[in-house]
Amino acid sequence: MIVKNVKAYYVSGSGPDVKAVDNVSLSILEGEIFGIVGESGCGKSTLASVMSLTAGRTLKVKDGEIILNGQSLPLTDRSRVPKEWHGTMVALLPQRAMNSLNPTARVRDLVIDVMHAHHPEIRPADAVERARERLEQLGLPVRVLESYPHQLSGGMRQRVIAVISTLLNPHVLIADEPTSALDVSSQRQLIVLLQQLLEHQFISRIVYITHDLPMLSNFADRIAVMYAGKIAEIGPTVEIVGRPKHPYTQALIGSTLDLDPRLRGSQVKGIPGAPPDLRYPPGGCRFHPRCPHVMNICSIEEPPAIGTEERFAACWWVKDQVDKLSVEGAAS
Amino acid sequence: MNTTKPEAPMLETRDLSRAFGHGDHMVRAVDRVSFSMQTGEIVAVVGESGSGKSTLARLLLRLLDPTGGQILLHGQDVTTLHHRGELKTYWQKVQGAFQDSFAAFNQFYTVRRSLEKALNVLDVSLSKSDRTQRIETSLREVGLDPADILDKWPHQLSGGQLQRVMIARALVVGPELLIADEPTSMLDASLRVTVLNLLLDLRKSHNMSILFITHDLGQANYLSDRILVMYRGELVEQGPVEQVLADPQHEYTQRLLADVPRLRGKSGVPA
Repeated sequence: MIVKNVKAYYVSGSGPDVKAVDNVSLSILEGEIFGIVGESGCGKSTLASVMSLTAGRTLKVKDGEIILNGQSLPLTDRSRVPKEWHGTMVALLPQRAMNSLNPTARVRDLVIDVMHAHHPEIRPADAVERARERLEQLGLPVRVLESYPHQLSGGMRQRVIAVISTLLNPHVLIADEPTSALDVSSQRQLIVLLQQLLEHQFISRIVYITHDLPMLSNFADRIAVMYAGKIAEIGPTVEIVGRPKHPYTQALIGSTLDLDPRLRGSQVKGIPGAPPDLRYPPGGCRFHPRCPHVMNICSIEEPPAIGTEERFAACWWVKDQVDKLSVEGAAS
Repeated sequence: MNTTKPEAPMLETRDLSRAFGHGDHMVRAVDRVSFSMQTGEIVAVVGESGSGKSTLARLLLRLLDPTGGQILLHGQDVTTLHHRGELKTYWQKVQGAFQDSFAAFNQFYTVRRSLEKALNVLDVSLSKSDRTQRIETSLREVGLDPADILDKWPHQLSGGQLQRVMIARALVVGPELLIADEPTSMLDASLRVTVLNLLLDLRKSHNMSILFITHDLGQANYLSDRILVMYRGELVEQGPVEQVLADPQHEYTQRLLADVPRLRGKSGVPA
């Protein structure tokens, strides 16, 4: 799956557009869990809605294209999205998914609706049978089919929705903060289920969007770090966590609190300042007002992506470091 | 207070309980919880959603009446306080900060008005300049510039700023104990640390005691001296942080610790 040059702005009646996603390109490999991490307002959920073809009316996709399974789809015109793309090509797993569902309908009714939307000829009993099989394969209790949403725990609801939204074996599942409302134990269970879905090849790849870097680092193959509508850094998980290059990634990891006993009594630093207003993003690098390594050029020119498409950081300071190293290397 | 015994802990609860509903539908949200806290201590209460953490906070703030047990402040039973006048005296010593800062402020009040209202729990009526001075001092303490913020409305502030204003609102009356109920769970990781550091500074400068309620063991690890673990309304384990995290005794604590995601492949603790 390739996502190319996505530009998505929220248009307000008066005043400038909110540049929530600005020129983001990603390629997601088959069989991989690709993580996108960032703080509130960095545009990660906007990107999720664009990628899952569920963007709302106020969001204007100015540019962008998805190439998936050999088919290409321009994102700029939502009316041209073919129906088959929803559910069979791309599926979405949002936060608190079942809270937005009809509380008077049973899970089996939802299954019938979903299957019927794509296969009008399917008999309700067959649709339910398919879901039953799927639940059995994944080791989930089949009795949930007869339940109403309120009879299931929050964690079970998310797992059931994950199964139903992948009944049609989509090529990609976009998971937008699916575990944010869950406690740690339910979080882990949902992650295990998502991994099972990949192993059984019910889905081909997962894009997992979250603000929780420690959790993501436990199952993502690669991670993209977003800041203020742009990709700051991209790389394999061990690289991002163990050898972060971008000052923002470094600060993000530096302010992570886990169970390390060495943290106790140490003074962990946060990142000073706040993320920018995306109506008026700062010139040059959008992180420069908060960056500890800021240089003159950072406020003037947009930083180049240093590295390869698979492993880069968009930062002048990183470029400086690399240039110095290569000069030293040439001198010795 | 005349009844103050020198050996009594700053805060103590004895079999503190709160049940909701009746008969078969009764939920014991807080079930016979007993613990104590000393002055200057930071104690974390951890547990999953629905374990009774927030009900405990509301009981300790006397916003909710217990259905059993006692709360003692410096050895004095405060569960018998009911009149607003009596509770005012209690709230001079015990203040709260909450999770959702957008919901905790009247959106039609400026920051100045919200903070002035908070001063009403004091017995004495302060002069205009004293009030302003107290408010400005506490705003500076939480790292905000009063000139910048006093005449703003809640919607004009970011989540991190509002959270600080909420802590400042607690500080204006100079409390001994701050009950902080998930004050950082709506904040991003980078802002979260600055609020936690603020709490650490307050303990250092005022010898304030803090009861820090969280579902995040990582934050409890960073901030607190002791941990109380709640599970289905009961206090199932308590002890010093290093002990509870390194050698959990209760089966629930062990499970909780096993499920906490660690940052994989981290090379060391950055300064």
